[in-house]
Amino acid sequence: MALRSPHFVLRGQQPRWLSPVALVAAVLFTVVLTAIPIRLAGANPPAAFERYLLRPLTSQTGVFEVLLTATPLIFTGLAVAIAFRAGYWNIGAEGQFLAGAICVTWVGTTFTTLPAPVAITLGFVAGAVGGLAWATLPAWLKRRAGIDEVVTTLLLNPVALLVVQGLLNGPWRNSGTGFTDSDRLGASYDLPVLFSGSRAHLGLIVALGALVVAWWVLTRTPLGLKITSSGLSPKTAEFSGIRVRPLQFRVALVSGAVAGLGGASQVMGVQHQLTQGISNGYGYTGVIVATLGALSAVGVLLVALLLGDIAVGAQNASLVLQLPSQLGDVFGALLLLSVLAALSWRRYRLIWRQRS
Amino acid sequence: MSINLLALISAMLVIATPLVWAAIGELVIEKTGILNLGIEGTMVAGAFVAFVVADLTGSPWIGLLAAIVAGVGAGLLMGLLAVTLGQNQHVSGLGITLLLIALCEFTFRVRYGGQRPRLAHKFHTIADGAGIFEQHWMTYVGFLVLAPAAWWILRSTGTGYRLHAVGESFDAAEVAGISVNRTRYLALVVGSALMAVGGSFLTLSILGTYTLDIINGRGWVCVALVIFATWRVWRVVAGALLFAFADALQLQLAITDAFSAVPRELMLALPYLAVIAALAVWGRSVRYPTHYLKAYRRG
Amino acid sequence: MKHAPALLALDQITKRFGDLVANQDISLSVSAGEVLAMLGENGAGKSTLMKIIYGLLRPDAGTIQMDGQVLDISSPRDAMRAGIGMVTQEFSLVETMTVAENVALSAVGWGRVDVKATKARVQEAMERIGVHIDPDRLVSSLSIGERQRVEIVKALFHDCRVLILDEPTAVLTPQDVRALFATVQRLREAGLGVLFVSHKLKEVAEISDRVVVLRRGELVAVRQTAAVNAQELAGLMMGVAAAPVDSAEIDAAIGLSSLAGGGPEVRRRPQPDDASVLDIAGLTVTRDGRDLVDRIDLTVRSGEVVGVAGISGNGQTELVEALCGTRAVRAGSVHVDGTDITHRPVIDRLSAGLGRLTEDRRGSCMAQLSVEQNLVLEDLPAFTRRGSLDAHAVREHARAMIEQFEIRADPTTLIGTLSGGNIQKVLLARALHRRPKVLVAAQPTRGLDIGTFAYVHRQVEAMCDAGAGVLLVSEDLDELRSLADRIVVMLRGAIVGELPVDQASNERLGALMTGQEVS
Repeated sequence: MALRSPHFVLRGQQPRWLSPVALVAAVLFTVVLTAIPIRLAGANPPAAFERYLLRPLTSQTGVFEVLLTATPLIFTGLAVAIAFRAGYWNIGAEGQFLAGAICVTWVGTTFTTLPAPVAITLGFVAGAVGGLAWATLPAWLKRRAGIDEVVTTLLLNPVALLVVQGLLNGPWRNSGTGFTDSDRLGASYDLPVLFSGSRAHLGLIVALGALVVAWWVLTRTPLGLKITSSGLSPKTAEFSGIRVRPLQFRVALVSGAVAGLGGASQVMGVQHQLTQGISNGYGYTGVIVATLGALSAVGVLLVALLLGDIAVGAQNASLVLQLPSQLGDVFGALLLLSVLAALSWRRYRLIWRQRS
Repeated sequence: MSINLLALISAMLVIATPLVWAAIGELVIEKTGILNLGIEGTMVAGAFVAFVVADLTGSPWIGLLAAIVAGVGAGLLMGLLAVTLGQNQHVSGLGITLLLIALCEFTFRVRYGGQRPRLAHKFHTIADGAGIFEQHWMTYVGFLVLAPAAWWILRSTGTGYRLHAVGESFDAAEVAGISVNRTRYLALVVGSALMAVGGSFLTLSILGTYTLDIINGRGWVCVALVIFATWRVWRVVAGALLFAFADALQLQLAITDAFSAVPRELMLALPYLAVIAALAVWGRSVRYPTHYLKAYRRG
Repeated sequence: MKHAPALLALDQITKRFGDLVANQDISLSVSAGEVLAMLGENGAGKSTLMKIIYGLLRPDAGTIQMDGQVLDISSPRDAMRAGIGMVTQEFSLVETMTVAENVALSAVGWGRVDVKATKARVQEAMERIGVHIDPDRLVSSLSIGERQRVEIVKALFHDCRVLILDEPTAVLTPQDVRALFATVQRLREAGLGVLFVSHKLKEVAEISDRVVVLRRGELVAVRQTAAVNAQELAGLMMGVAAAPVDSAEIDAAIGLSSLAGGGPEVRRRPQPDDASVLDIAGLTVTRDGRDLVDRIDLTVRSGEVVGVAGISGNGQTELVEALCGTRAVRAGSVHVDGTDITHRPVIDRLSAGLGRLTEDRRGSCMAQLSVEQNLVLEDLPAFTRRGSLDAHAVREHARAMIEQFEIRADPTTLIGTLSGGNIQKVLLARALHRRPKVLVAAQPTRGLDIGTFAYVHRQVEAMCDAGAGVLLVSEDLDELRSLADRIVVMLRGAIVGELPVDQASNERLGALMTGQEVS
């Protein structure tokens, strides 16, 4: 005998994942909240927001810097988005990013004499393999024994950071300076810049390529429908013949590989060596990017650019307005929480249906 | 090889204290089926707020009080997102951690710029020396009051029954007149306050100052400990001591001998690896609270 | 009894969910020592009303009174304080707690719990109604019947004076039903008011003093049980006068055994030499060491409808799941149209010619995907061109199905927003468009309105005429009798008897279902 009871469900005819009204409200709310610390720090909020949001976009250099800053966020955001989309809660992009960085550093400091195209290809492959390898254990535990991946992927993040630190304090300590940075990668691993005078590099093209592939797969192919279904309701997906666990396993590995590509891109394109701060929390920010981007490829791109813009603006503001650059992170996190809140209010409505 | 046993135990207790406070806080929350990944940020906020307020007022006690208030605030925020609005627990928790860390760093830089401020008055050990009877009061309270109290409350009081029921069966709780959401809020508020106290121990008792990486993943250690302990208080305490012992031993070995065959990083990674290994071995039989990671929506 | 003072009284209770009126101006009362039955179809608003009384939902209008005092009930705790107890269909017990802890849960405060005293009180409450369960046992080790008794004890423990039993027999074995009725009798003698919610006329007639009937959220009748006959109640439940369908279908729809004759002869009966489309041999499904499905042998031939009868919980669900590919088979084999699908994944089962219509409709479709996506979800290769989904073909297919199966929806509507009947039509369309050789249908018409009910039956008959076979699992004997050619009966996971439809009287089926007869 079925029991009828009310449920919160997704609205029926909602063209987008979030109505523009809620989005605007969330952004305004975030702006108002962020204005408080700006005010307390003695700066003028409108002037600060002008710095944060608009100033980077007014100069060519600024735009290039935004692209540069957005690149790792596209990788991690996309990595998290495809995993979340499949219902696999990978919050280990940070560790996978670092694993990718470790692998590319090993390759780049070992095979230093390769010609550039080979070196760069090898570097990205190494990064992907590293990220994939780091994602394997939690994914395998989930597939084999159904062990919740939230905790396992999360806990492997500090482990990856410790591995980086262990390497840099030990075997990989810079042979020239003695600092806890690795040696420089072979010069052929340096990613070419996209525009002369800019720092935006080939990694951005790779990131955009990954985005396009992800967009096509998620929105246009049967595989995309299967991934989406697995995320929405694994049980129902199983009923319809989708083998959810193997699918999630594969998506988890791809997710790790994408995050690892990000690590490779950051090492080869920006730092040219492994440093303790190579990730700068990109993996965690990826969760923000993916969630705010509604787990879609286009959304990830837009949010990564927005957060990149703010980060560049924050750097600028820290120099000019004496506002510490962490305000950019405050803004990002606040935006996440506000949009999450707005989501809940706008996304659901009550219906009356049978409970099984 | 010379190991100073007394110093070793003392170091172990110091390292374990914030873990015990925060992990018991996390445990209380997880009992109701909420994984609070805001723990890392909440500990940072506790450490930072305690420091700033103690610095402003000159009283570590007022600093501690402020840390508790900060913890309560963090718990309420998690409650708003994960309980009232029913949002994804791990995204909400992670968001809170990122927000609080960024906010504390920002405020620290605004207020102190590049200085390395020190507290004029911090908590002192209850007696001079470094023996078992010469520790900080928070250590004694953590091990001798908080842990037994948490154990007793969870096991033998209506409060414990309520938390247990909420984590295991929303229906049973509601039908018994126990509000799922209110109970979860209560757990979040109390648990987050404990986390903040754990964080404040580092600034108020140990360092007397604040650094940006002061918590440095201790929150994640606590998440690991709680699962490793399968949601039992004594195992959390034992796990915290074990981890602290390994860390303290490693530190001593590094000082006393030039013996660093075991990298310190490996030791630090042990709790995480231990949890993952434990999950891999006993994975299927680790019984999570039934409503772990699940939102409750009332009809 | 008429003059007994009302213990619990509802006055003009109204509750809406959006456009849907779940309860409209409902007034009723329960007296001390009275068993009031509340009768109504699935979806008539019974459960909503129960939840309102128990504080799980707030009414939009109306009042609840106890002893003439208006109550403000906003939580189960308020209801309990007022002396109202409830036993829901889905038990609300904490499996990892003991019986005593569960019973005492509603009585504990925040402080120390006196375990000994609590246990003694629980023991005493159990003895009052003749229940014997060790208070130290974990609930996870109890049987369904025992759990229900713990639920009743739980309510009594809080000195309730009105006990609500919401569809209490749905999950019980016949023995447990007897025990429950005995318990209800003791409650009545003890002066409690009992509100017995059911949709089974026979139980209502046996246990109640008075009966109220709910239909589409409205209270349509109050009768003394002794002074009303089953036909009248059934008519009230269904609103027969308003429904333009023939009476056999009404009878079938309400599961009113005494009213229905044999099913109408509308289609060709299968012949013994027709090819078999579903062969089940020695099928066994095990969970926790218990054989939920126990060595079942069953064949469905082309053009044949085989009905599976049984009290719910005797392995029918597991049998269907094993056939549908959502539950592992331990032993035995299943062939669809000659293809062995015993351990094959779902996709292979579908290509072999299996069609599926399970009782969990919401669990068979992706609520947050559109109708068109749901329609193609199980047949993706057919709509794939050069690696991507052919959006045009998907849309055209959806339009065709919507028209053919009279689905009230657009291709892009999210399926979760549709009514139960429309969802069932989408699922039917998805199952039938691949022209399955055999359709496994579980409770295909449960909870559907009469129009959809008849529509589903017509579709099933049409596919049989086209040469497919159907395995129809239903708790509704008259649905089985009106559609099936022969009926097998399941008891404790095994098939205990088989009857051709013309010999399948209620008495014989009932005897088989309860294990009193072995054929």
